Amino acid sequence: MTDWQPGISLDRLRQRSQILAELRGFFQRRNLLEVDVPVMATTSVTDRNIESIATLPGASGGLEASGGLGAFSESEVSVIKSYLQTSPEYFMKRLLAAGSGDIFCLGKAFRSGEAGVRHNPEFTLLEWYRCGWDEHQLMAELGELIETLLPAVAIYKYSYAELFAKYFNIDPHEAELSSLQKLAVEAGSSAWSDDSRANCLDLLFSLVIEPQLSDGLVLVYDYPVCQAALASCHSDAQGRRVSRRFEAFLNRVELANGYFELTDGQEQASRFAEDQQARKIAGKPPMEIDQNLLAALESGLPECSGVALGVDRLLMQIEGATSLDQVMPFSWDRC
Amino acid sequence: MANYSTNEFRPGLKVMLDGDPCSILENELVKPGKGQAFNRVKLRNLKTARVLEKTFKSGESVEAADVMDADMQYLYNDGDFWCFMEPDTFEQHQATENAVGDALQWLSELDICVVTLYNGAPLSVTPPNHVELEIVETDPGLRGDTAQGGNKPAKLSTGAVVKVPLFLDEGEVIRVDTRTGEYQGRVSSK
Repeated sequence: MTDWQPGISLDRLRQRSQILAELRGFFQRRNLLEVDVPVMATTSVTDRNIESIATLPGASGGLEASGGLGAFSESEVSVIKSYLQTSPEYFMKRLLAAGSGDIFCLGKAFRSGEAGVRHNPEFTLLEWYRCGWDEHQLMAELGELIETLLPAVAIYKYSYAELFAKYFNIDPHEAELSSLQKLAVEAGSSAWSDDSRANCLDLLFSLVIEPQLSDGLVLVYDYPVCQAALASCHSDAQGRRVSRRFEAFLNRVELANGYFELTDGQEQASRFAEDQQARKIAGKPPMEIDQNLLAALESGLPECSGVALGVDRLLMQIEGATSLDQVMPFSWDRC
Repeated sequence: MANYSTNEFRPGLKVMLDGDPCSILENELVKPGKGQAFNRVKLRNLKTARVLEKTFKSGESVEAADVMDADMQYLYNDGDFWCFMEPDTFEQHQATENAVGDALQWLSELDICVVTLYNGAPLSVTPPNHVELEIVETDPGLRGDTAQGGNKPAKLSTGAVVKVPLFLDEGEVIRVDTRTGEYQGRVSSK
């Protein structure tokens, strides 16, 4: 007999609905505009460690058979190869550049090959942007959001360097690559002996630091430049070059990732090109650069901060659940 | 021998690690949002029964171990070796005390066990999940105490000692779960 039942209990299904409503209410009360941007597009992210799910370009055969081509000609539909979006970020930035002002999006995102107790290839993502704010103001608002759902939550804030000093007695921004590789080999395996700076730091953080973080919400800021992604960079209080990226962990589970956004289109274009090169070297499928995003940056993205938060993981923590399957109607194993 | 990539990892898969055959117990994907994925894997070394944790890069591959499980009947112990037979081919295998391990305390002659073969030789023995064994030594039973309250140690015919309810007596046959060593119920009285 097939297990057709949902993974979530009916009590938790009602709780999920309640929390989705509370999330919307939080931003509506603060006058952010809800935007429902596309989840399917002709390009996707070039991130070296995020894989997009592509649609099958030949899939129009079914449409044709059912007479469902609508306004498209057969050739138009059959050649479209599109990607399910890994986050609403690029579309939201195009809205910001068009003058939308503060916006939030509560919708679905998709990432290939990610399935497990804390991962599902399709998940619910909350992303919002604040114009004129820096990352510390946005971190404070993230804390307020979590407090409305978990009133007793403890909140801590550390720089990335503070945590590496505490657990490894090393400066993650200026240490030699070979020292990081040595630590990564000790924590992981010899497979990291010649790995990149970003990969060694990620391993050390995920494997050693993350499991030792406190209960509650832990905000970590000033990420290494090699992990800047779409964040702008600056010099920290010690004069080290760092990226203005932050992450939030709730009860030791990665919950949110945010940036004081990079607005320099040329700098972004060169980072995308580096991503493409890294994907090529790693033998990963190539991905075209989203020229619409670059054009929007060229036209002018207002100074802003943005953050994306995994709603299913948030529910897991609120409910004390041990896997995403217990808080999602149907996790991938049931689809 | 074949190789397995991390995306094929699942509980029960047998792989070679540092020259020893291991069985995967748990496989957890760790994937920082923007970072490289890796797998945290818990394995049991099938030679030493020790459980170890190892971190693999996603996409890394490891050599498969030539390990297979076979149902075999336990025949006898000749002092040095425990002899098992494949029911279909009547082929016999000699297992060392090390390979028999904890299964020793549960084995009765003619029981069907799972014998794990590594490069063709017995590496470990898993007894049936449930066995029925006679109590050979225990304190006298307390009549009438069939409902609840306390338990006492009882030695079984194979040498295992389990906790049983107070009302049971020597000579009675009980059912035991070999995975937990827990008393499951009384089968019959002598």
